[in-house]
Amino acid sequence: MPEPILTVRGVSKTYKNGPTALKSVDLTVERGEIVALLGPNGAGKTTLISIICGIVTPSSGSITVAGHDALGDYKAARRAIGLVPQELSTDQFESVLATVTFSRRLFGRSADGGHVEQVLRDLSLWEKRHAKIKDLSGGMKRRVLIAKALAHEPELLFLDEPTAGVDVSLRRDMWNLVHRLRENGTTIILTTHYIEEAEEMADRVGVISSGELLLVEEKAALMAKLGKRELDLTLVEPLDAVPDGFDEWHLALADEGHKLRYVFDAKAEETGIPALLQRLGERNIAFKDLETSKSSLEDIFVDLVGEKR
Amino acid sequence: MNLHGIFAIYRFEMARFGRTIWTSLLTPVITTTLYFIVFGSAIGRQMGSVEGVPYGAFIVPGLMLLTIFSESIFNSSLGIYMPKFTGTIYELLSAPLSPLETVLGYVGAAATKSVVIGLVIFATAHLFVDLPIAHPLLMPLYLVLVAVAFSLFGFALGIWANGFEQLQVIPLLVVTPLTFLGGAFYSVTVLPEPWRTVTLFNPVVYLINGFRWTFFGVSDVDVGLAMGVTFGFLLLCLAAIVAIFRTGWRLKS
Ligand SMILES: Nc1ncnc2c1ncn2[C@@H]1O[C@H](COP(=O)(O)OP(=O)(O)OP(=O)(O)O)[C@@H](O)[C@H]1O
Ligand SMILES: [Mg+2]
Repeated sequence: MPEPILTVRGVSKTYKNGPTALKSVDLTVERGEIVALLGPNGAGKTTLISIICGIVTPSSGSITVAGHDALGDYKAARRAIGLVPQELSTDQFESVLATVTFSRRLFGRSADGGHVEQVLRDLSLWEKRHAKIKDLSGGMKRRVLIAKALAHEPELLFLDEPTAGVDVSLRRDMWNLVHRLRENGTTIILTTHYIEEAEEMADRVGVISSGELLLVEEKAALMAKLGKRELDLTLVEPLDAVPDGFDEWHLALADEGHKLRYVFDAKAEETGIPALLQRLGERNIAFKDLETSKSSLEDIFVDLVGEKR
Repeated sequence: MNLHGIFAIYRFEMARFGRTIWTSLLTPVITTTLYFIVFGSAIGRQMGSVEGVPYGAFIVPGLMLLTIFSESIFNSSLGIYMPKFTGTIYELLSAPLSPLETVLGYVGAAATKSVVIGLVIFATAHLFVDLPIAHPLLMPLYLVLVAVAFSLFGFALGIWANGFEQLQVIPLLVVTPLTFLGGAFYSVTVLPEPWRTVTLFNPVVYLINGFRWTFFGVSDVDVGLAMGVTFGFLLLCLAAIVAIFRTGWRLKS
């Protein structure tokens, strides 16, 4: 088995005069994976990324990037990493081409015009290569930051909230870009607040809350393991309230009484559905349609964070 | 050694100089000319000569250092302060660069700029007065040494500063007064006691006299001591920067 591209062991961080932002985080990422770190504001996502990239000093723990110790052999480790930060910070007065070439050289590569051109073309920035960054739109600036991060051909790319403040079509572009990069063998770790983004992009999802990595799971496994399902019964006659005798199912009304909703655990031995249908028949509550749906990662996440608190 | 990285920073910093090349070069020419009109011609005529050196020539080393000090500090501190201010420092901190390589890029560029400006002042002064150089090898060497020392100082200042006022306050309230009081335009031997003794605690006196000695072979203070203070200052700034990178002070949280 090839060595993982990233190994994080027991990394914790307490900021000076500040909160404990990370509590002993362990994480292993294999080459070619896309991992999404999902968590609310202040969960510690940026802190974790900053520590791996060498911007923040960890209070304890160790990190290995592509086989190199990130603290001891930091040069080799950092050459393998590209970082797109959460904040849009750029040199306003530089041209796109100059700033991307600068990044490439800063990371110890010769100014290979060919690769820089390819990156700029991939990100639809080639036409704008002579423009000053201050004259670009916000979405373009974000793409410039991505180009800078990719300029030195990193093996591991961090995208810290790549779609924050980005419109729907650009978000689609971003997702496509991530998939293209993966096809070229780049490992990607991204953070996001949006469940749908994690669902769309990632192979695995890590959930962070209050500095703890609650779990890291295959996206599908996570959905299956924790996924609740909903059964919606569309009633023939709308109801004002959930009738008596259905306490064991914890039913709810939806759609102004036109629907009866039952939330159940798809993995459980007994879903309770046959009994429910039977009871409905006994009570002469007729329904004309029946559908089940998976609950989203969002519901899962709310459950998880709630559980831990 | 990440040579590409060093040159990337160096080029980036020199590009800022390039964008303002005309103001950067014209300013010292105009300032020097003004100094010569005021000090050289108007006052200097009554001053005659100091320690056997015509007054107009006597002030040239001080004039050069005055500008070297402020240019080195300004360019170097701004060079490292701006990334902190705009947030682009993330890239520098995550790059495979050792502290030494980072410093070489920033301080190298700042020192280059101030040496160029120092030489422009020298050339301008040449138009007004005769400037025989007693130690033609040591003079440029000393110039470079002082430029590097103050660029290192500026680099530390830029890391320390949390705002633009702080960036300006040290040069304005400490360096410039010490330079004017440090015998840039007079010989400290003409001062009455106790001011003469007090003045000897001003390190700039040694820098200026050391530099003046490379021009005219005369100095108010012991030349060895002057060289010692210059090197001492350089090492002090270097030590401060090593400490900053060791601890990540004000660079990394
Ligand atoms: N430089 C710092 N000094 C002190 N505390 C900090 C610093 N940076 C972050 N923190 C604190 O550490 C905690 C984690 O912050 P972090 O930026 O890692 O969260 P995040 O998950 O990236 O949040 P967001 O989704 O809002 O970007 C927060 O409580 C934050 O206030
Ligand atoms: Mg963040």
